[in-house]
Amino acid sequence: MPGQITADHLGMTLTIDELDHENREYFAYCAKGEFRLQKNPNNGLVRYPPTTRCPWTGDAEAEWVPVEGKGTVYSYNEVHHAIQPAFKAVAPYMLLLVELDTQKGQPSEMEGLRVAGNLVTADGEMAPPELVKRIGIGSRMRMVLKKISDEIALPMWTLDEDAEQPAKPWRYAQE
Amino acid sequence: MTLSSVSDVDATAPKHLADQFSIVGVGETTYSRGGTFRTTRAMATEAISKAMADANMTAEDVDGMLSYSSGDSTFSPFIAGDLGIRLNFYMDVFGGGSSTEALIGIAMGVIEAGMCKTVAIFRSMNGFSQVRIGGTGARSTVPVKGDELHSRAYGWQAAGQMFAPTFMRHMYDYGTTPEQVATVKVTHSQHAARNPKAYYNKPVTVDDVLSSRFIVKPLHLLDCCVETDNANCIIVTKAERARDHRSGPHALIRSVVGRCCKPRIDMHYQHGPISTVAGHYAKEILWPNAGLGPEDVDVTGAYDAFTFTSMLQLEDYGFCKKGEGGQYVSDGTIKLGGKRPNNTSGGHLCEGYTHGINMVIENVRQLRGEIDDACPIGPDGKRQHTHDFSDGGSCRQVKDVEVTANLGWAMPGTGSAMVMVKG
Repeated sequence: MPGQITADHLGMTLTIDELDHENREYFAYCAKGEFRLQKNPNNGLVRYPPTTRCPWTGDAEAEWVPVEGKGTVYSYNEVHHAIQPAFKAVAPYMLLLVELDTQKGQPSEMEGLRVAGNLVTADGEMAPPELVKRIGIGSRMRMVLKKISDEIALPMWTLDEDAEQPAKPWRYAQE
Repeated sequence: MTLSSVSDVDATAPKHLADQFSIVGVGETTYSRGGTFRTTRAMATEAISKAMADANMTAEDVDGMLSYSSGDSTFSPFIAGDLGIRLNFYMDVFGGGSSTEALIGIAMGVIEAGMCKTVAIFRSMNGFSQVRIGGTGARSTVPVKGDELHSRAYGWQAAGQMFAPTFMRHMYDYGTTPEQVATVKVTHSQHAARNPKAYYNKPVTVDDVLSSRFIVKPLHLLDCCVETDNANCIIVTKAERARDHRSGPHALIRSVVGRCCKPRIDMHYQHGPISTVAGHYAKEILWPNAGLGPEDVDVTGAYDAFTFTSMLQLEDYGFCKKGEGGQYVSDGTIKLGGKRPNNTSGGHLCEGYTHGINMVIENVRQLRGEIDDACPIGPDGKRQHTHDFSDGGSCRQVKDVEVTANLGWAMPGTGSAMVMVKG
């Protein structure tokens, strides 16, 4: 399709239509090594993932602002039986929801920017099983932008080795 | 932990519709895995014709049709044509779990608007042999497009994978244990052992669940429902018309909530608590409109796509205190013979997977006293239910059921519910 960008990640095809401005812009910033989110200039709130309006007010105006890619694991899953062919070779793998330090508990106590991503090594490779076992709710993470093409990089998460980590992050009872 | 306010929910559905509609007919095919090898069209016509027979209705009596699917079924016009039904109304909507109760509400509205008189609602799916409901096969390989780059690109696609952060967080927030949650499967398997139609009818233990392989933590294989091929139908009409066709007690619709959502439903994890599900909001509509509460309910049908989904919904609809769902599902309450049995057919974990409609069928039969277990049929043609729920028994008809509640699940952020009463 004209105007559609495509890229390959782990053997899986990713596509974004030309008219999908919000996702095109979001992933283009990621590909340049910048994590940016849309900010409503009228109330200063940023949102994740990209949307066409401010989820709190419906305002159409938005600007892409840089956001620090640091936060705490809010919840996770750990996939042992992969269903997508691309992921069979990397199981077990983790999907992390990392709550950013930015805008935590805003605009109401139970809200936050919970950014999805896989657990990866510091250089962006899917994490080996021994690293998976070290991560749980409470782990401090930093973002790695995994470049897929000139137009797309995917936000991923790696352990923030410089941060103070919980003595024992919360993990599901059975290993 | 504080929740966003729900006090602004205004439950002002017209209560003059309460008890004015009946589920007058129910029908189903077998629940199988590749055993029938038929089209969704063939299965739907069988389920609907059985529901019409159950309702004592002919093709002339049914003039409305509703179905739900995700492109994996046959649309109403083909089904109606096969059955000789001329439709005054039909609609085929996109939807999976939680569609049943929502469509029942829509059927009531359509009939109330005078658009038609009687609506057959069906779901027909080859969830094992064609479009795998677990998301394996063809669905797992289509390109990842646009908004899906925030989910499927991370291997976050199948229902269990998508819901797992909610399940994990419930364990973290409240100390819910794997053993407690596994009890849902254990209990439903005991119920299924009394259901000749159930695909899985062998009782399992907590150890069986916890020693089955991990699919996606915290879900073991036996925490997940079974993928099956089947069709289900329910027929909705005004109660007075229903009585013209069918004698005996009726399952009357007291209250419905359809596809009620948490905030930020585009990605509900942005708005917590993520260990709370849509029932937290839906209950503010369900119970006021029903004029009763969870304590009045005799039998529940809490959607069990996974063990966790039953527990979370029972908790958020108020059958126990928030955070005590693990105890509620493991203390005997939800067993046959317990205070409030859940999914007496064995549900999606054991009977078969139909996106919620078979759980409504089961509760219709509970209210009528017409559960299709293996109890002997007496000289009057009626089943002689023993209500003996001790080990090894075959009865699953709960005695004197007056009120049932179905709690339908689409995902943590969306749910539907319905209260039915005997009348």
